[in-house]
Amino acid sequence: MNHLDELEARSIAILREAYFRVQPLCMLWSMGKDSTALLWLARKAFLGSVPFPVVLLDTEMELPEVYQFRDELSKAWDLDYINQLCPPESAMDPTLPPATRAAARKTVGLRELVTEKKYRGIIVGIRRDEQSMRAKERVFSPRTVEGAWDLKHQPAELWDVYHTDIPDGQHLRIHPLLDWTEVDIWRYTERENIPIVPLYLARDGMRYRSLGEKNITVPIASHASSIAEIIAELETTKAPERAGRKMDHESEDAFERLRTSGYM
Amino acid sequence: MEQQQLRVVAVGHVDHGKSTLIGRLLHDSGNLPDGKVEELRGISGRRGVDFEWSFVLDAMQSERDLAVTIDTTRLWMRTPERDVVLIDAPGHKEFLRNMVTGASDADAALLLVDAHDGVSEQTRRHALLLELIGVDRVVVAINKMDRVAYAQARYEDIRSELEALLGRIGIAATAFVPVSARNGENIVDVSTAMPWYVGPTIFASLLALPSRAARARSGLRVAVQGVIRRGLQRTLVGRIESGELAAGDDIVVAPAMRRARILSLDLWPPQDRTSARAGESVGFTLDGPLYVDRGDIICDIAHPPTLATSFRARLLWLGARPLAVGDTYRMRFGTRTAVVRVAAFERVVDIEALATESHRIAQTNDVAEIVLESSEPLSLDTVWDQPGLARFILLDGIDIVAGGTILATLARAGENVVPVGHLVDVDARIRRNGHRGAVVWLTGLPGAGKSTIAMELERRLFERNIATYVLDGDNLRTGLCADLGFSDADRAENIRRVAEVAALFADAGSVAIAAFISPSRRDRERARAIVGDGFAEVYVRASAAACERRDPKGHYRKARAGELPGFTGLSGTYETPESPDLVIDTEKLDLAVAVDRLEQFVRERVSLTLSV
Repeated sequence: MNHLDELEARSIAILREAYFRVQPLCMLWSMGKDSTALLWLARKAFLGSVPFPVVLLDTEMELPEVYQFRDELSKAWDLDYINQLCPPESAMDPTLPPATRAAARKTVGLRELVTEKKYRGIIVGIRRDEQSMRAKERVFSPRTVEGAWDLKHQPAELWDVYHTDIPDGQHLRIHPLLDWTEVDIWRYTERENIPIVPLYLARDGMRYRSLGEKNITVPIASHASSIAEIIAELETTKAPERAGRKMDHESEDAFERLRTSGYM
Repeated sequence: MEQQQLRVVAVGHVDHGKSTLIGRLLHDSGNLPDGKVEELRGISGRRGVDFEWSFVLDAMQSERDLAVTIDTTRLWMRTPERDVVLIDAPGHKEFLRNMVTGASDADAALLLVDAHDGVSEQTRRHALLLELIGVDRVVVAINKMDRVAYAQARYEDIRSELEALLGRIGIAATAFVPVSARNGENIVDVSTAMPWYVGPTIFASLLALPSRAARARSGLRVAVQGVIRRGLQRTLVGRIESGELAAGDDIVVAPAMRRARILSLDLWPPQDRTSARAGESVGFTLDGPLYVDRGDIICDIAHPPTLATSFRARLLWLGARPLAVGDTYRMRFGTRTAVVRVAAFERVVDIEALATESHRIAQTNDVAEIVLESSEPLSLDTVWDQPGLARFILLDGIDIVAGGTILATLARAGENVVPVGHLVDVDARIRRNGHRGAVVWLTGLPGAGKSTIAMELERRLFERNIATYVLDGDNLRTGLCADLGFSDADRAENIRRVAEVAALFADAGSVAIAAFISPSRRDRERARAIVGDGFAEVYVRASAAACERRDPKGHYRKARAGELPGFTGLSGTYETPESPDLVIDTEKLDLAVAVDRLEQFVRERVSLTLSV
């Protein structure tokens, strides 16, 4: 087995553990490269169809190409799609910096989703290499009733004998892609021929390396117009992936505050 | 393009400099994002503290304030040869659960020791836990050499202490590297301050670690995760733990032990493949209407698991309340959950002495060996055969309180065997015999004198009315083990059978004397695990030169002539016991004195009146 086969097999096993152990369950889909690859893995895990709802935490601020991609793929892959509208920015914690406040809309939207649908498991396509806070995550990661992440008291997670029991009212975040890196995702997307939002590919010398809402994400200078060229670019770059995500850089602890209060 | 990735967990005492070493390693190998060090220098400046390399890792605010790593974090190191994921595990005792979490995801470990402070309790504890978790490839960094003026003597002292320590645990380090992480000596660049050291740097040692071993050790295992139903078709899904799964293969479904046949692989997108290997996540169908569900284990017919209602386990206790005999927990292993009860408490491993001490309970962070029992038969593998399925966690309510491995199955229940409790108990046998049962395990090079000593010991014990019997190669190889050759796998199986037979003798109240070269430390440890408390390892020592001079069976002569490939005395490896219960040196003692000493030792162990 090569490296991608290993990653794939483990992620599929995690998705199956989630489905057979944790119900009700849903998956977040931002239409980005990671959650779309995760959706593909879910189709593999369950032999062609995704057996749980797929949710967009919608701030109505995604780029138009993103919404178009969502519409096409939900239809082609016959997804049980839920559009979860997030509350407005004016309802957010005013002490947060502006872009962080905008990002916090998703946190609150997610909290409302969990309360409404009583989900006990939320599958999320985060990776440990994206951000140093995410590097500390567990595969099955408990959240309090308020959605908070108690990172100082995370339970032990040993081998792949996952612990999936939580008190009533709490939920688990399930992270099947934790071990993947950005370049792994691209190699896998290329190998499996998984569709992507075209914004990832360079047009006029610019492309999106990480896709967030249009008010808090900026493209990078790049000439990579195919996945192979993106991979070649990543082989040499030393710039962090989320450099174009404004909320990561507003203050030293902005992302930590987002994460502990329930951000993905 | 796709290199084999290596995951390395960094462990060691909290103050021995792990985070600094990793920060430095990433920097010196060109793996930090542009601007990261400048950003952190800026933050340090604003806070009025000196920049530390560990800040690179301690990106979490609360951790930076404490200057202590609380939870594991991961860093990616890209090199031309392979990608390395560094898992930084906390060194604080109170965060041990996070240390084992990090280790359980690793292929290898980087163990740090402070050259000035030396080996600490936490160093020992971490080494012991690496073995429990199953990480047996280790690079040792002897750090802060700058604090001891880069002195070679200090390095040698710590190295020999650690070598002995790791040897006793059963771990062989691939390198002992003297470093100064803070100054970047021997991290990526070869140190000029330590010209006396000629080995690899940390970077080179990590790249040289062997790749993950293949998991196809003995037979097929798939823990069924669930069933996907489409129309009338029931597809079983799971990850192949070991072995190969192929259409047409006959299999056994444990624990019901019903037989079936693999009809087809069911994969998406559809593929023409008819077989899959260890590590793959697959779907497959069985012929017939057999009822199989989550928690069942698919095995090949030749290698079924053992059905047992009790087993011996070693575990790390993480619970806040102590672990005690009689307590009940839920156990998760593979995809099954079972209720188990602590039937007996055998020992807590004393971290300081690495000796085993008898206690009645285990406290938080203790490593303990216990016997667990279940009211229903469980299909169990041991860590020696199937590490993956021999790993379990214990739950108390919804809290995870332990992680452990199954060392040996005890009370067995077979397909056609109904477990029947003996009506004569152990105490009754001891009273009748006037002594305890035991297994005296003699190990040593061919020609060291094991057989001679065994036969003499048997005669003497017999004369003192102690029930005893010698098990040796000659009386087992011709019968019970006649199907076995001398490959490593066959030798391991031979020793396993001997241990099982010896355990039955001991159970029946006899003193079984086993005289076997048993060159593998692992095999001897397994024998100890099978037998349990009554096991005594006796190292019959003599140098290889002396053994060859004696050559009582002419084996050395044949081996020299090339007639015995892999003969332990010459080309095969004999792993010297690290902590035998007794050493008998047959070069220094004459036979009568040697047997006197051994006889005294055995009689003390089996006596009812002398203190043991």
